[in-house]
Amino acid sequence: MALAEQFDSSNVDIPPGKGVATSTEVKMVAEGVDVYYGDKQAIDNVSMEILDKSVTAFIGPSGCGKSTFLRCLNRMNDTIDIAKVTGRIYLDGEDINSSEVDPVQVRARVGMVFQKPNPFPKSIYENVAYGPRIHGLASTREELDDIVKGSLARAGLLDEVESRMHEPGTGLSGGQQQRLCIARCIACNPEVILMDEPTSALDPIASARIEELIDELRENYCIIIVTHNMQQAARISQKTAFFHLGVLVEYENTVDIFNNPRDERTKDYISGRFG
Amino acid sequence: MTDTSSEAIDKTRVHQSEAAARRRKARANAERRFQTYGVIAVLIALAALGILIFSIAGAGVTAFWQHSIKLEVQLDEAQIDPEGTRDLDTLRRAPYRTIVRDYIKGMFPEVTERRDVRTLTKLLSTGAVTELREYVLANPDQVGSKVVLHVPVSDDIDMLLKGQIDASLPESDRRVSDQEIAWVRALQDKGLIEREFNRRLFVNSDSREPELAGIWGAVIGSFYTMVVTLALAFPIGVMAAIYLEEFAPKNRFTDFIEVNINNLAAVPSIVFGLLGLAVFLNTWQLPRSAPLVGGMVLALMTFPTIIIASRAALKAVPPSIREGAVGVGASPLQTVFHHVLPLAMPGILTGTIIGMAQALGETAPLLMIGMVAFVADVPQSITEPAAALPVQIYLWADSPERAFVERTSAAIIILLSFLIVMNILAVLLRQRFERRW
Repeated sequence: MALAEQFDSSNVDIPPGKGVATSTEVKMVAEGVDVYYGDKQAIDNVSMEILDKSVTAFIGPSGCGKSTFLRCLNRMNDTIDIAKVTGRIYLDGEDINSSEVDPVQVRARVGMVFQKPNPFPKSIYENVAYGPRIHGLASTREELDDIVKGSLARAGLLDEVESRMHEPGTGLSGGQQQRLCIARCIACNPEVILMDEPTSALDPIASARIEELIDELRENYCIIIVTHNMQQAARISQKTAFFHLGVLVEYENTVDIFNNPRDERTKDYISGRFG
Repeated sequence: MTDTSSEAIDKTRVHQSEAAARRRKARANAERRFQTYGVIAVLIALAALGILIFSIAGAGVTAFWQHSIKLEVQLDEAQIDPEGTRDLDTLRRAPYRTIVRDYIKGMFPEVTERRDVRTLTKLLSTGAVTELREYVLANPDQVGSKVVLHVPVSDDIDMLLKGQIDASLPESDRRVSDQEIAWVRALQDKGLIEREFNRRLFVNSDSREPELAGIWGAVIGSFYTMVVTLALAFPIGVMAAIYLEEFAPKNRFTDFIEVNINNLAAVPSIVFGLLGLAVFLNTWQLPRSAPLVGGMVLALMTFPTIIIASRAALKAVPPSIREGAVGVGASPLQTVFHHVLPLAMPGILTGTIIGMAQALGETAPLLMIGMVAFVADVPQSITEPAAALPVQIYLWADSPERAFVERTSAAIIILLSFLIVMNILAVLLRQRFERRW
């Protein structure tokens, strides 16, 4: 069928040299992670290593648990009453699920960008300045200004908003809002950036800009992105993890996942047979 | 698939069939009928409101003016301040009653009988003497000169002049005698009776004399009561709402609390009054009739309104805002106070204003804690006996004097104006700050 062909692995072009992990430094390690929503098990015994200074993509059909697992990595699941996370997740060798670790501190180190752009209903400046302010990253007004401008510049937004820093962030276009959210995240000086389908609410042009941005940010951050768009995963990630029904099915270099999937389920999914 | 069966409904033309046309017509009729019912319901509601407003305004509007007599008297120094010291005590004790009586007697030299003189003096309000004294005390330098004051006529004469006492009735059936009517007509002919704006209704406190009674004491009493209510109900209500909505675990116990808060909102207000009587007055020995206790009782009544409105406002803040804040590493407390609460504030304030408006109009609990006492002074603090606006209305409605009827309606108009202003404020707040995200 024509629709499936669109998603056929042969149609996902990975340029030579891309889709291969270049970094060897491990940033995060998950060991035997289970997540329960009440009685329902959403994640079953997931273990994986995530590399620094690279983009790791989580793919899989809806409801496969990829977003749930992503939210384990900065303890966002703590905010859901019925969610229960077991297993160990290490950030630079430290177990973030241990009782001595402050989840608020973890979220400062592991930033997050959401599916729907959610700038605060405040000015553009305040959106970016909020994180540094509560984490005490700037001691003077000038330092704060520098952080805000630097973050906006790295998010590729500074040129567009420099003249209207004090207008509401919610007045920007969808793509600009998402870049503002990325700037807000970078401003907190995180080590890891989690992105939960960051382009699914955006048009193709805005999506392309975000993808470029992710590729640039890779040089300095460990980026983990959940996406429904397999071309996107192929374009921007070095490692890809395929989740199915709460299980991590396959986790390889992106080029291998798309060109030589080992598991039958991975093959079926990327060739468009389900999902 | 047109060739499957000839008996079955012809599915290709089902939406063009006669049955479909009938259904369409019935549907259109049903909608028209429903809209008609809606319009009728709105008209009935408007008519009820219109009748209410017109009956109150019609009965109360006359209370906003009042008839007065031009009092043109020589302030004789020998009579008021024989020693010329202008000492306030001396001025206070001067025989103003005699001055007023002599003045009115001078209008009708033919009246000599003691009893007639007394009736003649009663054309004027007893407030005439008080107002003359107040005037002299405020302007001691005027002693010795001739002054012109406008003092109120007595309530019965005012009623007569406003046409609310029918002079054509037999003399025994009305409160004003033929003789009094004749005197009033004579005064009118001399141009001494004037109609003026009834400022006493606004600047005086309660009085046994309708022509002197005003709402100022009740307004201040209500104000103090509202201050106490707001100071108690707002912080406690909002804090409770924030805790329940943002922090409390969702379990059977918090569900139980939620159900009880909702039930509390439905408790008849007089029950809160009984609670105030039993606990605040009898157990804690707090002062009776005081805005402090009134405010505490009304705060109990306003809590549930504020909690429910605040929780609804907090719930309406999109979760994406909370996620965004938590995602940049804000603590739960920072998330609530920096992001959620500012967005929920308009809703919380709206709920608070509506709760306060309810409390302002509440009478029953105040009766229970003794705020129904006759208080002729303006309260100076929250622990002094005071009246409140709705209770003032209740007291006046209960008074036998005819002139209190129009004043009752006037006080209702004033109370309603306060309530309308508060509700408009709530609507404006909501519109001004609604959905900025």
